[in-house]
Formats: sequence, structure tokens, C-alpha cells
Amino acid sequence: MSEAAVDKPKVNYYNAKSGIMSWLTTTDHKRLGIMYLYSLGVFFAFAVFMAFLLRLELFTPEIDVLTFGGAQAGDLYNRILTLHGIVMVFLFIVPGLPAVFGNFCLPIMIGAEDVFFPRINLLSWYCYVLGGLFAIFSIALGGPDTGWTFYVPYSTTTGHNVYVPVLAAFIVGWSSILTGLNFVTTVHRLRNKNMSWFKMPLFVWSLYATGWVQIIATPVIGILLLLVMMEKVFGIPVFDPRIGGDPVLFEHIFWIYSHPAVYIMILPAMGVVSEIIATFSRKTIFGYHFIAYSSIAIAAIGSLVWAHHMFTSGMANEARVIFSFLTFFVAVPSAVKVFNWIATMYKGSIRLSPPMVYTMMFILIFSIGGFTGLHLGALSVDIHLHDTAFVVAHFHYVMFGSAGIIFFAAMHYWFPKMSGKLYNEVVAHIAGVLFFIGFNATYFPLFIAGYLGMPRRYASYLPEYEFYHKFSTIGSWVMIFSMLLMFGNLIYAARKGKKSSDNPWGGATLEWHTSSPPPTLNFDKLPDDIPGSYDYPLEVVK
Amino acid sequence: MSGAHAEEEHISSYGFYVKIWLALLFLTFMTVSVSYVDMKKFTLFTAMLVATVKAGLVVLFFMHIRFDKPIFGVMLMVTLIEYLIFIVLTFSDYAYR
Repeated sequence: MSEAAVDKPKVNYYNAKSGIMSWLTTTDHKRLGIMYLYSLGVFFAFAVFMAFLLRLELFTPEIDVLTFGGAQAGDLYNRILTLHGIVMVFLFIVPGLPAVFGNFCLPIMIGAEDVFFPRINLLSWYCYVLGGLFAIFSIALGGPDTGWTFYVPYSTTTGHNVYVPVLAAFIVGWSSILTGLNFVTTVHRLRNKNMSWFKMPLFVWSLYATGWVQIIATPVIGILLLLVMMEKVFGIPVFDPRIGGDPVLFEHIFWIYSHPAVYIMILPAMGVVSEIIATFSRKTIFGYHFIAYSSIAIAAIGSLVWAHHMFTSGMANEARVIFSFLTFFVAVPSAVKVFNWIATMYKGSIRLSPPMVYTMMFILIFSIGGFTGLHLGALSVDIHLHDTAFVVAHFHYVMFGSAGIIFFAAMHYWFPKMSGKLYNEVVAHIAGVLFFIGFNATYFPLFIAGYLGMPRRYASYLPEYEFYHKFSTIGSWVMIFSMLLMFGNLIYAARKGKKSSDNPWGGATLEWHTSSPPPTLNFDKLPDDIPGSYDYPLEVVK
Repeated sequence: MSGAHAEEEHISSYGFYVKIWLALLFLTFMTVSVSYVDMKKFTLFTAMLVATVKAGLVVLFFMHIRFDKPIFGVMLMVTLIEYLIFIVLTFSDYAYR
């Protein structure tokens, strides 16, 4: 620890070293968090552009936009749809919160100097970027057209290249496993002596639960890839029924990973929600233990419900009933969290700063996403709704509207800590409200269109769905505009914003007890007595 | 970085590791031999049993779980039970289809 603890340090993690190599070889968890933020931002922008093209195509019932380059009708749409899915799922929303904010905040929040394996942390970033480059490289090969799920037998028979994007997912999976392993080990081994398990911030709890899911579930997708290769290269029968394999087995193995992946996305988001609601209600979080345990419960139960994606795939009836039954259990710990957040706000001293506004939008959007998940989990209803636009609306409400909006909330919450600057709150509010309007305008009509029978993944459709699609496409423009405003505001603030104090929101967790931006080793001096994560002083913070 | 190395470490002798290695070789020999005997529906069961014993030896002795803190054993069991549940649930489809 530095001896100049009394004065605020001028040297921080950001300016301690300079030059591109200082970033490319860094093992500082905060710098890696920033590197993830930039690289995620690039991939996110790419995938949003793909989505923009898709929605533009769906503006009219005919295929009239994605026809350039002599592409067959709908073929280009399929390829863009697949890339949008792969990049958004594997390169943005799954790694998102843990990679950026987990890396930046977790060690500080538990009073550590870094993660337990700093070099592996850097390796993890390289795996992520390499996987991302493979995904982008697949465009040069024409791009896959299977959808992000790569279902066999189509993926093994399509003329388009599938192996490169699958390999991309495989490499990114390594990044995910290494990050999860690092976080679990860090929480076990590097927690400050005075921070017991139940003194930990809930964001740390959620990262811990997520870490376990990453470690246990992610290898499964790697195994799946190897099985596909073994069948393709050595002719070992696994999925191809002509040689004794079973295509439904692919779906089982795929969803054994990919359903828990949904919880890899949403659990850290829930952790961020707990932090933000407590800070901006200035109240001890309601039901701390229940929220902590519900993270573990969601991680555990969420691993057991994968086959609810396969109700129409030809599974045995017994299995369909069992998985439908299990699916409803996930709603219990999810609801525990929502009720505890609402109870935390009750009689709190609520300040509607941008992170809090974004978080309250999350609660509404997540509730809609969660409830429609119950519709889809009900076996009988799912037979009607399977593979319709209803499903598209549902998972965008959960993934983008919930995990995505909390990514934005986390950016606004920790921005002063990461950059040492303040952003324009009015612009952030306007961007947030526009996002909320644009988001619901984009996806809510798809619930109705899907219920009425609009299938997903189609480039053309019957004229009776035109109104819903037009409404949705216009909504997407509002949403894209709001995001440009939001990011523009933050980028401007990072360059020219006012200087932030160390604790602009009056937060109680440890990251708010160090300078903004933090020094290289996180603290000049740790508080003698580690405060409770949700013990707020009585004075009002301006 | 942490106090991890301050803990007492169990050190096994080379001879001990060689014995475990010989046991693994013997079990591999068993797997191969048994594959030539037609035991009907017990064939798979036997192969899995031998493989489980081998994996157990590797985890307990080569990976030191036997001599480490119980928490590591607990973590390992959590993952094993999770995988067991994966298999059982998958067979709720395959057993009845």
C-alpha cells in the first residue's frame, strides 16, 4: 500500500502506465474490465447494425431490402439473423456484465488487490477477442445460416460454413470458463479478512453463483462441438439417424449449456439491481440472505430446465411433463428477488438518478419477460407458441430488456468510478425513457403477432401481420436513436465531463471507499473496519 | 498473494504413485479384457463401473482431493451430482421415447 494515503492519489490505474502495450499486456483487473468494455462495445454495435437490417427487411411483407449481391430470397436474411444471434449471445450478453463490471468491481468490492489469477484473466480476454474475430471472419466465408442454435441435421448439411462460428463459440466458451473459475477462486481466497460471506455485496454473490454456472455448464458446449466433429470427420454415429445417431440428443446437449447461459446473463444483472436499488433508496437491502440464496437457487434450478426449449422436438411425453413442471420452479427464486427489491424501495429515500430509473424499467420489463416465460413453460400453451414471434419477444424482454438494460444501468452507476467523471444526467434520463418507449414498441407487438401465428426467422410474411411489423420496426429506430444518445453522452463525459467525487451516489459498498478512478492496487488504505455493504450513514448525500 | 501456501501440504511418496499407476493399468487391462466377454446388458454397466473406479483413483490421489480440505471434495461432489442429474433428466426422454 502507498504511504501517501492521506492525499488523494493523482496516479490511478488508468494513467499509471501508457502506451498500447501497457494495455495489451496488463494484468490489472480494472484495465481488463475497460478492455472488455471497448471490445464488447464494438461487437454490440455490429450486432445492433445487423438487427437494424433485419427489422428494415421486415418493414414490408415482401423480401425487398436484403436482396443485394445476388442473394437468394431470404438467404441473406438468414445469414444476418444468425450473425446477429451469435454475436449478441456469445459476444455481448453472456460475457457482458461479469467481464466488464465483474472484472472492474469484484476485487474492489471484497477488499482485494486483484483477482486470484491475474494472468489467466488476461488470457481470458484474448480468448474472447480471438473468438470474436473468428465470428466476424465467418462473414468472409459467407456466414452461417442456421440461427445461433446450430441445430442438426440442418447445420451438418447446409452449404454455408458452420464450423468457423461454432469454433468461435468454442473459444469464447474458454474465456467464460476461465473468468468463472477466476471469480469463484477470488471470492474464496482473496476476500478481506473482515468480510464474511454474508457481508459480501449481492453483486459479488451473483457473480459467485454465475461463476459456478460458467464452470459447470460451459464445457458441455465444448463437448457438443467435439461430438459434431467426431461425427463429421470420423463417421462416429452421434446425431445422424442414418448411421444410428439421434438429432434430439444435439438439442439436449446444446440446451444443457444454453439454458443455463440465460442465467449467466441474468444473474449478474440481478446482482447489479440489488446494488443500485439499495444505494438509491438509501436503505439496507430487504431480505439480504434470501436474495443471496435465491441467486444460488436460480443457478441450480436453472440448470435443470433445459428441455423446455424442446417441447415440439419429438421428446417423450414423460420428459415434456417433467421439464414443464421443473420450469415453474425457477419463477420462485426470481419472484423472491423482485419482491425483495420492491420491499427495499418501500419507505426508502428514493433518488431517481439515471441508474435507478434504468433499474426500475428493468423490473417492469423483466416481469413481463418472466411471466411470458411461464406461458412458454406451460406445455400445452408452448405447443401453440413454439417458434413464433412470441418467443422472439419473450427472450428479447429477458435478454435485452433485462440483462441489456442493466448493462446500461451498470455503465451509468459505475461510470464515475471507472472514469472519475460525471455525465449529463438529463441526457441520460432522456435516453433511458426513449429506450424504454422504443424497446416496448419494438418487441411488444411481436407478442401479439406471435400469438396470432407469425412464425419466427421468416424474411417474408402474410399481409395480416404487417401492422405489427411496421410498428416494431419504427420502435427499433427509436431504440437505436436512444442508444446513440446514451453512448454519445457517456463518451462525451469521459472526455470532457466534470470531475466526480469518490462517492457521487452515496454508495456503501467498498468500491465507493476508494478514489475515483481507483489506484492501481485499488486502495491507498482500506477502511479499518469493513463496513456492511448496505449500511448507509444517516446524513443526506448531495 | 494469498496465504494459500502457508497450509500444510501432504506429500505422497513416488512408490505410492507408482502403485496407483499400476492399479490404473490393471483396470485398463480389465476394461479391454471384459469387452471380449458377452455379458449382455451388464457390459455397459461393467465398463462404466471400472471407469468410475479409475476416475476415482485419479481424483483422490493424483489430484490430491483425498488429502485436501473437505470443501474441495464438496465442490467436486456438487458438480458430479449436477452431472448425474443431467444424465437422469436426459433419460427421462430416452427411456420413454
